[in-house]
Amino acid sequence: MKRFLLAAAFFALLLLIWDAAFRARIWSPVLLPSPWQVAIYLKNAAVDGTLVKATVITMRRLLVGYFIGLVVGLPVGLLTARWKLFGDTIGTMALGLQTLPSVCWVPLALLWFGQTEAAMLFVVVMGTLWSVVIATETGVRNVPPIYRRAALTMGSKRLHMWFKVILPAALPFIVSGMKQGWAFAWRSLMAAEIFVTILTGFGLGQLLHYGRELSAMDQVIAIMLVIVVIGLLADKIFFSPIERFLHRRWGTSQA
Amino acid sequence: MHLAGRHRSSATEELKVIAPSKLAIEEVSKSFQSASGTVLALERVSLNVAEGEFVCLVGASGCGKSTLLNIIAGLEKPDSGTVLADGKPVTAPGRDRLVMFQESALFPWLNVFGNVLFPLKLKPNLTNKDRHDVAKYYLELVGLTRFERANIHELSGGMKQRVSLARALAPNPRVLLMDEPFAALDALTREQLYGDIQEIWKARRKTIVFVTHNVREAACLGDRVLIFSPHPGRIQEEFAVKLPRPRDINSVDLAGYATRITKALKSLGKTATG
Repeated sequence: MKRFLLAAAFFALLLLIWDAAFRARIWSPVLLPSPWQVAIYLKNAAVDGTLVKATVITMRRLLVGYFIGLVVGLPVGLLTARWKLFGDTIGTMALGLQTLPSVCWVPLALLWFGQTEAAMLFVVVMGTLWSVVIATETGVRNVPPIYRRAALTMGSKRLHMWFKVILPAALPFIVSGMKQGWAFAWRSLMAAEIFVTILTGFGLGQLLHYGRELSAMDQVIAIMLVIVVIGLLADKIFFSPIERFLHRRWGTSQA
Repeated sequence: MHLAGRHRSSATEELKVIAPSKLAIEEVSKSFQSASGTVLALERVSLNVAEGEFVCLVGASGCGKSTLLNIIAGLEKPDSGTVLADGKPVTAPGRDRLVMFQESALFPWLNVFGNVLFPLKLKPNLTNKDRHDVAKYYLELVGLTRFERANIHELSGGMKQRVSLARALAPNPRVLLMDEPFAALDALTREQLYGDIQEIWKARRKTIVFVTHNVREAACLGDRVLIFSPHPGRIQEEFAVKLPRPRDINSVDLAGYATRITKALKSLGKTATG
């Protein structure tokens, strides 16, 4: 409770400073709207549905792409860890492509798929996929051989070995790869949405872009806030519990 | 340890004490490729272990005793020679010969109970209730009932090895292979475990092959102590330890055996600890 109050006080203070800066007229109100104006924009956008619609569209792109990235990335990572041939070929390719900032996929996606949902999806998948492949491969390679040997003596084989021993043992690596993949996908999707207008759906990135076009700073800041909050929620609701569980089980927690 | 008269009412067939195996190791050789060339880890090693016997293999590090254990376990294949368990050749790992490793090979993604349950889940023809009862029985046997929900990292070294022991005993193997299971523990914990392992061995009747570099430990636990010489790994000498059980590691009689075994080891040109 005390921690919550402190955090609340911190954010209240930030708002106060922002408000004070607005009142002091250091910058033109066009460049720096007041917290109140931003709040009003958020309220209106929420009421008329633009915000919800944009959020749903963006989240759908993100989740579908992320899911595809996971579903493809996990088995590919297992294959590259298991067979030298895959490791030398796909593994090396994954390592190379993972170093490529995922925004760099945007131009290619546009030329290949045009201004379509497919282009958005492609960018998200590329952001997720390689991180997951690499993390899974690293995780599997780092499983202490003694776990395998112990499992072998107890009668574990093939699929059982993969699903009940190797995957769980590699889980800490896989989860950090999933988290990195999520971050990459989120960033690249925003970049793609800001770059490109897709007629089939107006995402958060596009709202942000049109805020700039219209010099509607309240809109720009409001959307940025929404994007921050979504990132925070994903972390708190999805990744944090998994990481807490891993820390507790493996005993890697600092606190 | 809670041994006397604690068989559960729900004890299934699974908890019955079964006949231990007889092991016959015949002319087993094994070599490895290393940076400095071929190392002959085992050269034509032959050894018979009777049903329910407790045999200790002693020798300096790298003398091939762990390799022999792995071959008996079926985790490694010999270059030549055979291992027979109850007359049947060993070609792969099997539930009838379980290994307790030196370092903790417990699975950190499972809690204590999950670890003991792991081999039972791989055993067919059991209901889940049976599996739970069996796991509980063995956790009680090693005195860790209170810790069944604990995570592995929360346990002390001694407790971890107790869980390892429970996990190895749970599928009711006929042979228990122990690869320096107490090497990383402090002396006090080890002494306690010497008592426990003798009790469990008596209660559950297993054939045990126990690898160690600790001479006193070997003399305390083994019916027979075999000393290994390195390069190439061979069984050099054999001592039958004729002392009543349970044995106390600090007894004078035991010290006498330990001195003789140490002397024999030293005459191999290698020193041994313990």
